Amino acid sequence: MALSLATSQFIIERDETRCIACQVCVRQCANDVHYYDEENDRVLSNDASCVGCHRCVTLCPTRALTVRRNPLEFRPNANWAAETLRNIYKQAETGGMLLTGMGCDQPYRIYWDHIVLNASQVTNPSIDPLREPMELRTYLGAKPERLALCGGAQRNPVLETVLAPQLQLEVPVMFSAMSYGSISFNACASLARAAQAAGTYYNTGEGGLHPALYEYGANTIAQVASGRFGVHLGYLNTAAALEIKIGQGAKPGIGGHLPGEKVSLDISRTRMIPEGADAISPAPHHDIYSIEDLRQLIYALKEATHYTKPVSVKVAAVHNIAPIVSGIVRAGADIVAIDGLRGGTGAAPTVVRNNVGIPIELALAAVDQRLREEGIRHRASIVVAGSIRSSADVVKAIALGADAVYIATAALVAMGCHLCQNCYTGKCNWGIATQDPYLTKRLNPEIGSRRLVNLLRAWSLEIKEMMGGMGVNAIESLRGNRDHLRGVGLNQVELDTLGIRAAGQ
Amino acid sequence: MRKEAIAEGTAIQADAVLDAQGLYYRDLNERLYHLVEQGARSIVLKHIAGQRYIGTNLQAPVRLTIEGVPGNDLGAFMDGPEIYVMNDAQDGCGNTMNSGTIVIYGSAGDILGHSMRGGSIFVRGNVGYRVGIHMKEYGEMRPVIVIGGTAQHFLGEYMAGGVLIVLGSHLGPNQMHPSRYIGTGMHGGIIYIRGPFDERFLGKEVGLAPVQGEDLLLLERYVAQFAGYFGLDAASLLQGPFTKLYPRTKRPYGRLYAY
Repeated sequence: MALSLATSQFIIERDETRCIACQVCVRQCANDVHYYDEENDRVLSNDASCVGCHRCVTLCPTRALTVRRNPLEFRPNANWAAETLRNIYKQAETGGMLLTGMGCDQPYRIYWDHIVLNASQVTNPSIDPLREPMELRTYLGAKPERLALCGGAQRNPVLETVLAPQLQLEVPVMFSAMSYGSISFNACASLARAAQAAGTYYNTGEGGLHPALYEYGANTIAQVASGRFGVHLGYLNTAAALEIKIGQGAKPGIGGHLPGEKVSLDISRTRMIPEGADAISPAPHHDIYSIEDLRQLIYALKEATHYTKPVSVKVAAVHNIAPIVSGIVRAGADIVAIDGLRGGTGAAPTVVRNNVGIPIELALAAVDQRLREEGIRHRASIVVAGSIRSSADVVKAIALGADAVYIATAALVAMGCHLCQNCYTGKCNWGIATQDPYLTKRLNPEIGSRRLVNLLRAWSLEIKEMMGGMGVNAIESLRGNRDHLRGVGLNQVELDTLGIRAAGQ
Repeated sequence: MRKEAIAEGTAIQADAVLDAQGLYYRDLNERLYHLVEQGARSIVLKHIAGQRYIGTNLQAPVRLTIEGVPGNDLGAFMDGPEIYVMNDAQDGCGNTMNSGTIVIYGSAGDILGHSMRGGSIFVRGNVGYRVGIHMKEYGEMRPVIVIGGTAQHFLGEYMAGGVLIVLGSHLGPNQMHPSRYIGTGMHGGIIYIRGPFDERFLGKEVGLAPVQGEDLLLLERYVAQFAGYFGLDAASLLQGPFTKLYPRTKRPYGRLYAY
């Protein structure tokens, strides 16, 4: 093979005084970085294959390993960054598109980090969530124009208005769409169990639903994407809600495919395609070329499920997101999920992930504003994604106008993901983004779900603390309440788009 | 001629007759659902005029006979029913269909059989654009579409499985099938076309072959079924020339990436 000009990204340092040649690192690395030299009874490493996932570092019993970035520095050049050069070398060698996993890692401004929250001081009392009830329960779905009661002023009025179907969330955080195929069965099972235990929902992604996970149907959002893999009446009727996937923040406007080598027997059953066949998802739904067509699919799903389940429509945040979402709401969606520039993926062309779409904070503010102006904000709930990294991001998103958030990267990190961005290789050493049975058994759904439930519990406690500090005792009172937000270090256009004032004003 | 075909092909004993005059699709489909729940297994729908999603929520071996023109997404997600449309059908017929049969005595619109995974659709007349797009197959499930006339562009686009047969019986002498870009992105399934089409505009993923052996058995089986529904002569429909269109590779997008 010709010499590769791409140099290793990481350097592996093995402390020989600590290494006992137990070969744990050899067995743990699916990228074959470590190998045993029998002759000298030593373990050696090939840096070039290292993806920086830290599996070996974490599991080394004697803490003998350190993985550092390769300090190899190209001649300083503000225009030509090292990554750009490496990418060109790789493309010159292969002639192919660069792939990546997880969300955009480029230094676009993260608006969450330029927004600060308010707290009560003197003029209004804060609330202590340890002693006083704090309400995080959230209902997602279309809300009525007005409520009609019969019985009027009597003691037990009865609601006359027929309410649209709702999802009930105990915490305004759901697990975003990740298909069985992009992640392992154990990862899906961890999410499903955690959703049930925490009183929230997880999302199947577009890979169908494994029969063993039907029992979690009441906490499942079933996705219908352009490939329609594994979509049938049983699938639709098992889920608590349905989601039409139009786009994804990591790759707006483009389709995808799960390569045949990842379509194992079990995945073929779930996707309902032959084993080893490519699963191609076209870029658009070919029955949706307009808002009217979207309405047609929304109502096809409602007809198929007897109008008992809310229908969500998921779109990527793009330039004209506000009128697009207005159209989606008018098309009859009960929930609109918006996925921002930094949203994750199992595989996307790097150039698309890093250059297409807009940050979720700006998209959310624009959408909420537009729907309010048009008087249709109540007709659908808004769920935002891409990327929500902490409970502070959740609180800021809700104050900007979201009803709830989706997390996926954060959920994977809770299960062990170290953001090495190599999901597309199928060699995830943490047993998450892989179908190799040797790797997938590393993730125990019992432990995975416990860690996820812990994360949601921790965030709930923090959200309640922040709400209490603001003097708010129900998440409803925080929703769209931008008076609780101030911008730091933002220009006037950004402040205006976010609909918030600058700190100090 | 159409009436004769109805008399021959579908003279049936109806359990129920539903007059759809002025009925909104949601009410119509709900009534249908209750009729089927009460045990009706053969229902005639009269005065259908554009109502959508007929047959979508009926997961039972029920036979629907539709008089009038049903609306979009006829039999979307359908699983089980048999639908006879005595007239034309609109777009999205058999969308993501799982099993069952749809027989259309007239013509049908665009994306007929979109993402269909099982069952069969027979259309006596012509069909619109992107018919059979992303049809799939899985295990025993192998969807079949037979079109008596011709089809518009992008027939069998992204096709991943199943069988598409276009008989071209309404084409005049020296007339070609109008469809361009047939089988663009095709990576599974088979298309059989009777009569000439412009080979310059085929999807680049498509290979051409003469029909032989197993192809003939398959064609005989489905064309006989088609002829039976519409009271036509199977033998004359089977007189070629047929061309078989197949995917050159099951991995049309294998060499796109730098890995």
